[in-house]
Amino acid sequence: MKSLLVFVEQRDGQVKKSGLEALGEGLRVGAALALPVHAALVGSDLEAAAARVSGCGPHKVWNASCPALRLYSPDGYATALQQAVRRCDAGIIFLPASAMGKDVAPRLAARLGAPLASDCTAVRVEEGRIVVDRPVYSGKALATVEFAGEGPILATLRANLFSPPPEGRPDPARVESLPIALDEAALLCRTVEATAAAGARLDVAEAEIVVSGGRAMKGPENFAILQELADALGGALGASRAAVDAGWIDHQHQVGQTGKTISPNLYIACGISGAVQHLAGMSSSKVIVAINKDAEAPIFKIADYGLVADLFQVVPILTREVRRLKGS
Amino acid sequence: MNLAVLVSQVPDTATRIAIAADGRSIDESGVNFVLNPYDEFALEEALRIKDRDPLTQVTVISIGEDRVQNALRSCLAMGADRAILVRDPALRGSDPLGTARLLAAALKQDRYDLLFFGRQSVGTDHAQTGILVAEMLGVPHAGVIVKLTIESGAARAEREIEGAHEHLVFRLPAAVTAQKGLNEPRYASLKGIMAAKKKTIEFRDCAALGIDPATVGERGARLRLRRLSLPPARKTGRRLEGEPEAQVRELLRLLREEAQAL
Repeated sequence: MKSLLVFVEQRDGQVKKSGLEALGEGLRVGAALALPVHAALVGSDLEAAAARVSGCGPHKVWNASCPALRLYSPDGYATALQQAVRRCDAGIIFLPASAMGKDVAPRLAARLGAPLASDCTAVRVEEGRIVVDRPVYSGKALATVEFAGEGPILATLRANLFSPPPEGRPDPARVESLPIALDEAALLCRTVEATAAAGARLDVAEAEIVVSGGRAMKGPENFAILQELADALGGALGASRAAVDAGWIDHQHQVGQTGKTISPNLYIACGISGAVQHLAGMSSSKVIVAINKDAEAPIFKIADYGLVADLFQVVPILTREVRRLKGS
Repeated sequence: MNLAVLVSQVPDTATRIAIAADGRSIDESGVNFVLNPYDEFALEEALRIKDRDPLTQVTVISIGEDRVQNALRSCLAMGADRAILVRDPALRGSDPLGTARLLAAALKQDRYDLLFFGRQSVGTDHAQTGILVAEMLGVPHAGVIVKLTIESGAARAEREIEGAHEHLVFRLPAAVTAQKGLNEPRYASLKGIMAAKKKTIEFRDCAALGIDPATVGERGARLRLRRLSLPPARKTGRRLEGEPEAQVRELLRLLREEAQAL
């Protein structure tokens, strides 16, 4: 192996934060192993995205641009990445553990016959080899995983845990175009359109701040006060399984086992008692705030700051005060 | 149509996980094993196709030890026609590539139009087996889907991404991985449970699948579990007292000054 390759995800020409975080970690690991770090962009019309990534410190940026790949195609993107792997002889491949990264990584892994560690929360270099930590049982346990044998390895890295690299370096990397000759007819599966999900402004899996509601929200209409707080904080709206199964909010907001396992900087649990399935999905948050009328609720055991209070009283005050702070 | 649903058996999501003495597995004593919740959505979607077309056959396939038969029985009780368990002592400790190789081999013994997987097994949480199998079989896949329509060999699926849905088109044969929201799984009827008791589960081992045991199981695994640990326990923080206005003021002060989270 001669290099470490990072798939830097973009959508509509906008580089994703999780892709930059993967690149940041790739640069750190590449330095530890004395390996050049390459970045790969896949899509179409990627000049601006490639210029941005080239200022982030990689050795080279591969621009796999092709009109048929404007929207995501699992096999099409795997083909582009496979070519990038071949061109830079990558022995280590990092991808963001985003919807796209987690979808294309297994396709690429199967083609390379290479092991893939999903949703890693830490990467270490031990005696020249990669060791990763990945949560299992939705975060109720942590698996420390190593890679046996020779040949390339892949890892997807969870959002919000790795530092993106400084941008705009004065010595930008060379951008090399990677010719991909695919037309739509050659793709096994392709996206024909992407539609915004109902009510989704920012996804819980990507957000640095999450405001979540549970059973004590009492009904769908009350989630509006949480959305207002989330908006004021620049965060996303989450929910417990109880609220989702009651039909109050779409399952894309669900945090916990059978929902999303997340690690935001700040998690505010409102009217969530803290069932074991929910705690699994959010207990790796950096700071946890719990607001609940029930002083005995298990959520208080893991919360950094607990407010035994009526959320319907506290949340509007909190929203008002956050707005005042941000406005000043 | 000929449909396959690939399922796994996992600890009930209410399980409190304890690490076994070997430091590499969970303590299974007292653990209630159930059909993987995402596989229920996968099976339900296959059964809905069968509801519309009685000629459709639904086969459920799993890999694992004897207790996995219970998960297959639940699938039969819900309405699956046939169940296959890939069972071989050599398979313990397979990594996702090994598991996918076995499933691909089992699937090649028949001709299936559509393969249904759960988006991930809640437990190992690899979230890759279905996609690995699709690539090994050279068929398209749509992952994490919340909607599926099929018309004369062409499929359209909606998949969940960050804050949006992608609409995918592909032709059969194909594989899909099911997300919560795809449907509302049915409960097994009493009649279904009785009928399931009469059905036999078919067994396959490495030899029957033409798989070299050295390429699967712990020996063949390239993704190796070194150890399993419990996440660092969070210490209980502090309660903020007072009237709501005072609680909020104190919270914001702490979030800014102590936690630096704002």
